[in-house]
Parts: sequence; C-alpha cells; structure tokens
Amino acid sequence: MTQLFTHYNYWIVVVLMMAGFFIVIAQGNLVKKLIGLNIFQTSVFILYISSGKITGGTAPILQEGITVYSNPLPHVLILTAIVVGIATTALGLALVIRIKKAYGTIEESEIQQRDHTC
Amino acid sequence: MLSGIYGFLSASFFVLMDAVDVAFTEAAVGSGISPLLMLLTVALVGRNEKHESGKSIPALVLVTITGALLIIGTLSMPEFGSATAPAQTHVGPHYIEKSGSEIGIPNIVTSVLASYRGFDTFGEVAVVFTAGIGVLSLLMLKSSTVQKPVVTSAHKHKVLRIVSKILIPPILLFALYVQFHGDYGPGGGFQAGVIFAAAIILYTMFFGVDIAQQVVSFAVLRVLAAFGVLLYGSVGLVSMLNGGDFLDYSALAENPITGQHIGIIVIELGVGITVAAIMVMIFYCFAGQVNDTGEAGQ
Repeated sequence: MTQLFTHYNYWIVVVLMMAGFFIVIAQGNLVKKLIGLNIFQTSVFILYISSGKITGGTAPILQEGITVYSNPLPHVLILTAIVVGIATTALGLALVIRIKKAYGTIEESEIQQRDHTC
Repeated sequence: MLSGIYGFLSASFFVLMDAVDVAFTEAAVGSGISPLLMLLTVALVGRNEKHESGKSIPALVLVTITGALLIIGTLSMPEFGSATAPAQTHVGPHYIEKSGSEIGIPNIVTSVLASYRGFDTFGEVAVVFTAGIGVLSLLMLKSSTVQKPVVTSAHKHKVLRIVSKILIPPILLFALYVQFHGDYGPGGGFQAGVIFAAAIILYTMFFGVDIAQQVVSFAVLRVLAAFGVLLYGSVGLVSMLNGGDFLDYSALAENPITGQHIGIIVIELGVGITVAAIMVMIFYCFAGQVNDTGEAGQ
C-alpha cells in the first residue's frame, strides 16, 4: 500500500502514455493519431520532470540560503524537447494536409484501400 | 480547446515540480501554438470522420496489458521526490555545486542548456530549423504577386482591434525580457522565441496573413531563421579561432566567466531568433493554406 503513495507519479505517466498509445493504434483518423502522439509525448515529459524533483527542493536558480535544488538536467532536456516536439508536430500536420490533398481523405483505411486499387 | 486546457494544466504541473523554465515553454507551446495548429489542420481537412468498429477492443486489450506491465515495472523505480535516486546522484549535483563558480550565472538550467550541453542545444536548434524547412517545402506559400489589401473581419470588430493593440506590445516586451533575463531568472531563447512567435501569431489571427506579412514578411523570416542557426554556430567557430574548443565560451574573453556570459547571451539570441522565425513561418504556411481553400470554395 505504501507503493501507492510513493510511486503515483509513474502511474500518472503510465495512464497518460497508454491513453496516447490507445489513440494512436485505435483511431483511423490521422489528426487524432497525432493528438495521441502528443499526449504520449507529454507523458514522457512528465516522467522526466518528476524524476528530477527532490522533496523540499526548489527551482534550480542559485540563491542565498537555499541548499536543496531540484535536478536541472531533466529540465534542460525537456525544455528543448517541447520546442522540437511542436516543430515536428507541425511537420506531421503539414504531411496530413498534403495527404488530404493527394488522397481526398485522412482516414487510414481509405488511404490503404486507394493504394491497393492503384 | 481541451488540448489547450491540457497544455495549461501540464504547465502548472511543471511549476509544482520546480521546473519553471519548462513551465514557461509548455504554457506558450502547449496551450497556445499547438492547439492552434491542430485547429487549423482540422479546418483544412474537414471535421467529419468515419467511425470504424472492431479495432478498438483488441487495441484496448493490448493497451491494458502494456499498462499493467509498465506499472509492475514502476514498482522497482525509486520513490517520488527521493534525493538518493540514481537520477540525482550522477551529473546533477555537479551542475548544482559548480555551475555558480564555473559559469557565473544563477539560473542553472540556462548554464546547462547553453554551456555544458551546448552541442546538444545546437543540435536541437538545427532540428527545429529542419522541421521548419520541411513544413515550408510541404506547404509552400504561393507568393501573391498582387498585394491586395484584404480587409478582414477583425478591422470591423472594434473590441478585437483594441484588445490586440493593448495585448500585443506587452507580450513582445515580455518576450524580450524573458530572452535577456534568462541568465538570472527563468527564461531563455526557447521560451522567448515561442512567446514572441505567439504575439505575432495573435496579430496574424486578428488581421489576416496578408496584413501580417506586411509587418513581418516571409522573406525576412526565412533569413532570420537561418541567421539564428548561423549565429549559434559562429559563436562556436569564434571560440575555436580564439584557441578553445568548439562552443567553449571561456575562450571568448580574457576572463573565462565574462566569456561564458558573452557566449550564453549570443547563443540564446540565436536560439530565440530561429525559434520565433520558424514558429511564425509554420503558422503562415498553415494559415496560407486555409486562405487558399477558402478562396477556392467561394
């Protein structure tokens, strides 16, 4: 039972990650797949940030009279990952728009059907 | 809309986790730019979707099994908030103890980002730049030869026009503050870049792409995006010419600390310029597509 209170951050991550994963594999709509990937991505962010947290620590900005800081390294990694993430999401959405133009649909099953008939 | 709320929620979560720098970025990206791009795409590809049945039950089973396995896996992970976890014992303490004397700026996140992991950040900026080029090549803006002043609806909306005039200058100022105060408080190039871009995107939403392009034209953005990456790289080259390693800022000035200060400010500027330019450029591309299909529809 003590596990429940000391590991809840990982459980939130797992739930979010699986929600994103479910959307990616169960939805045929390409935009929804990208939203699922986004949720998946956020869960990884939360995993990193929560592993950098130290109880009683404060934000990693040096100040007089503070001895415990949270780990700055995950912050750096995730900070850049967010901006790169939005850039790559935009690239994915651009691809979706082009697929819509080329195929007239963004449903995965219809796209595959059209590929086979050609 | 929900996605915006989700982004905002995760931003407030990051503040709780002491990651103020990350929270800044997530607040601007997660609740601002990302849902906007999603909405624009949905506007372009149509909101109708086909319902498929039969796929979701095997998927649900698979997801449940994976989730259960992962949760069993987490039982052996270190406790939340523990100071003795492996993540806290290797390189983290070094940064916290030494960065004050080695780099000389209070914000550890900035010094790790810009100095210790300068190569990494350079790579990230290059990835953002490449993604921007990718979007550009996929959704090339048609260069409208005739500059027709399109009066969009926002011009008639007094409330929107006045609100935008009140809001946008402070956002731009705030972005500059975040950019140059990144050494001392939470902030830096990535955050400032997205906030700056958010202000211009807000302007574009109110007045339309055509008018926004008269303010910040597409050609300028293209040059700026490349200029930021080159600025970053050239700092590395200058430090090499001064006898140091690539991106070793201590070689930039007589005093290593001063060198670090100069190096960090310049590369943060490069990061900020590239990120802002690429974000606005991506938004222009998407919005330009909406306009095209809108005109074709009429």
